[in-house]
Amino acid sequence: MKKTSTILAVAALLSSTAVVNAETLKWARAGDALTLDPHSQNEGPSHTMRHQMYEPLIIRDTSGAFVPTLATDWAPKADNPNVWVFNLRQGVKFHDGADFTAEDVVFSFERAKQPNSDMKELIGSITAVRAVGDHTVEIETDGPNPILPSNLTNLFMMDKGWTEANNTVNVQDFEGGEITFATTNVNGTGAYRLVSREPDVKTVMSRNEDYWGRNDFPMEVSEIVYTPIQNAATRVAALLSGEINFLQDMPVQDLARVDSADGLVVKQAPQNRVIFFGMNQGADDLEADNVEGKNPLADVRVRKAMSMAINRDAIRQVVMRGQSQPAGMIAPPFVNGWTAAMDGESSTDMEGAKALMAEAGYGDGFSIRLDCPNDRYINDEAICQAAVGMLGQIGITVNLDAIPKAQHFPKITDSKTDFYMLGWGVPTYDSEYIFNFLVHGRESDIGTWNGTGFNNADINAKIKSLASNTDLDARNADIAAIWRVVQDEQLYIPIHHQVLNWGMSEGVGIEVDPEDQPRVKYFTMN
Amino acid sequence: MLPFILKRVFQSFLVLVVTGAIAFSMFTFVGDPIDNMLGQERTMEDVERLRTQLGLDRPVPVQYFKFLNEAVRGNFGVSYRQGREVSEIIMERAPATLELAALSAIFAVVMGIALGVFTAIRRDGFAANFIMSASLIGVSLPTFLIGILLIYLFSVELGWLPSFGRGEVTKIGGWTTGFLTESGLKALILPAITLGLYQMTLIMRLVRSEMLEVLRQDYIRFARARGLSNRVINYRHALKNTMVPVITVIGLQLGAIIAFAIITETVFQWPGLGLLFINAIQFVDIPVMAAYLMMISVMFVVINLLVDILYAFIDPRLRVSAK
Repeated sequence: MKKTSTILAVAALLSSTAVVNAETLKWARAGDALTLDPHSQNEGPSHTMRHQMYEPLIIRDTSGAFVPTLATDWAPKADNPNVWVFNLRQGVKFHDGADFTAEDVVFSFERAKQPNSDMKELIGSITAVRAVGDHTVEIETDGPNPILPSNLTNLFMMDKGWTEANNTVNVQDFEGGEITFATTNVNGTGAYRLVSREPDVKTVMSRNEDYWGRNDFPMEVSEIVYTPIQNAATRVAALLSGEINFLQDMPVQDLARVDSADGLVVKQAPQNRVIFFGMNQGADDLEADNVEGKNPLADVRVRKAMSMAINRDAIRQVVMRGQSQPAGMIAPPFVNGWTAAMDGESSTDMEGAKALMAEAGYGDGFSIRLDCPNDRYINDEAICQAAVGMLGQIGITVNLDAIPKAQHFPKITDSKTDFYMLGWGVPTYDSEYIFNFLVHGRESDIGTWNGTGFNNADINAKIKSLASNTDLDARNADIAAIWRVVQDEQLYIPIHHQVLNWGMSEGVGIEVDPEDQPRVKYFTMN
Repeated sequence: MLPFILKRVFQSFLVLVVTGAIAFSMFTFVGDPIDNMLGQERTMEDVERLRTQLGLDRPVPVQYFKFLNEAVRGNFGVSYRQGREVSEIIMERAPATLELAALSAIFAVVMGIALGVFTAIRRDGFAANFIMSASLIGVSLPTFLIGILLIYLFSVELGWLPSFGRGEVTKIGGWTTGFLTESGLKALILPAITLGLYQMTLIMRLVRSEMLEVLRQDYIRFARARGLSNRVINYRHALKNTMVPVITVIGLQLGAIIAFAIITETVFQWPGLGLLFINAIQFVDIPVMAAYLMMISVMFVVINLLVDILYAFIDPRLRVSAK
């Protein structure tokens, strides 16, 4: 048995060197991972880097469906709705050869719940993780949690023995500048191993030939060279000159140029991010308008008129060069609770908008300041400029204040803006996430991004009950009801869903992931 | 002489403290670092906890005093973005910028003097006129445009040189160098030209006008009358006397090359101090911004101090007026 497998391995090695040449994925994007510690910094580029080398129990495919990874199946326990049972994949080894067992899962969850961990909020409902045998774990939550698996797709598994041996059991104190073994070294179960890394300059990874899914996934890339390139023009030049063959963060203005270049293609997919405007309806009087003594945004007719004045198709064609999908609700299309009907509810109607303004007593219009970031979303400032012109047509004089994101976002969280742009992605793929942050009335740990002043006790109670409602049909009915209120109240003015573009050589085969998380094990190279 | 130097040193020190104070009062307008450091799922308690932990809840003068207090002991704090010691990051990034600046300076000085002398001697020739007109482009085009044009021509169209990065670097102790590998040298060419082009045209124009001035002097005419060869007149007599003001300018421009490498480094993704600073601004990484600005102001102040002292040695009148 052992002999056969050795022969097979040698044969595989020979054939792979003979047929498949060393294929290097030369990959660039705007930013770099902030750290390699799997439980520090819950942030996009950091997760992307970790996903090549570490693995969570479950990942999502490009349609948003769960894919078993280190867990093979999972279900709530029959006799206790507070417990989920996960069966683990057998025969998985970490890069250093240690076996992956239930003990490592328990350890990783405990590590991710430490105070320095950036992942602790996502698994805040978990009270205990128990190993039941070598390849089964039970996860207990403080109440029934129907969407627990959604929170585990970026929760990476570490080896207990390696972590303890290298004295890196504690998550790094990032703000304190702590460097631990795990911030610069990797021992995961993933398809690629770390070869070298210089932060902000270059990271090199090589294929893990002992990967459990070596034969289940293409894994045609033998080496990954990852380089962050900040300047958009330089990124595109590097792709055009062939110095890189895979590019995330494609600038919109260069799409046509790259696509028409010989040997290069651009692939796209709707991104898990919706762009919208928020309006402060809660205040008695606004700071940033010219109406004294009352708040025009408190009138739902004004909010509806503003939404009707926005021509989303024009924004799509002129500002976004076709790279957006007009939106009618503030949920991306993959999210549980999204419906095509509600997403189509925004329409442009200038006459109707003017009539509504007159009916609300603002036939002569008013003026207001629009706060907008200029370095966060695709063409954010240009979208706001377009909106200024459109709202001007119904008599609303908008003064645009476009500033860097580092100054813009504190305005929203500190209630210092009455009319603002915001974009939202939904990592859990469930409406509850949107409601928690954008619809629930603002408190210290919920509704933190709700700058509208909307605070409805019934809706708040309904949102809170979603967390523990295990009757999925009833839960979905509640979600639909909450959305109905959000839509009828015109709580936000949806603009569009962002479209994600990846540029690559023709030989590189990969579908665009809506979360902007390429996983190299799926790549084919011709 | 000593009182003069002491006075100048004291003034320089004041300039440093004031520059730092201005920089610190500006940081409050750059944005809130907390926002970038915590994800969108943070709670208000997280924000308050981190703000207190970083000392950002205290008034700006207190923050500045704390920074100065730590900085004089060589401790510049921890980068908000990278979570590492700022001094360590700066030491890691400095070789890239210094190598680039050194090569740009050599390029600017050698080419600048050579072309300056050439255009002065053949001042009505076609080649000299062409160089003079072309040099206007070097002065008037912004650096990022020159960089992108060079990338487009030499990387995208011709495919000769890399468009970004440092290539393979060799580690020698705490220093990394790109001078020892082929890809490292190739990667240096375009950024060095981009960074040095402005200084080169500046030096060239300065050398040319100084040289034309000198060539009109009586002693040059007498030298010609004596029958000395053109080579001896141009290079031994004229050029030597041209160099005094040129060297002063070169000294001052060296500081500028390091300080203004920011744009070139961004265009070429050059992993040096300028790119670090740009990243720091976008992320509101206050410790890195503070350390970089202090470093650059120390550099300028020291250069100016040295120039002042040198002038005082050369020109005794300055010493008198200083009293």
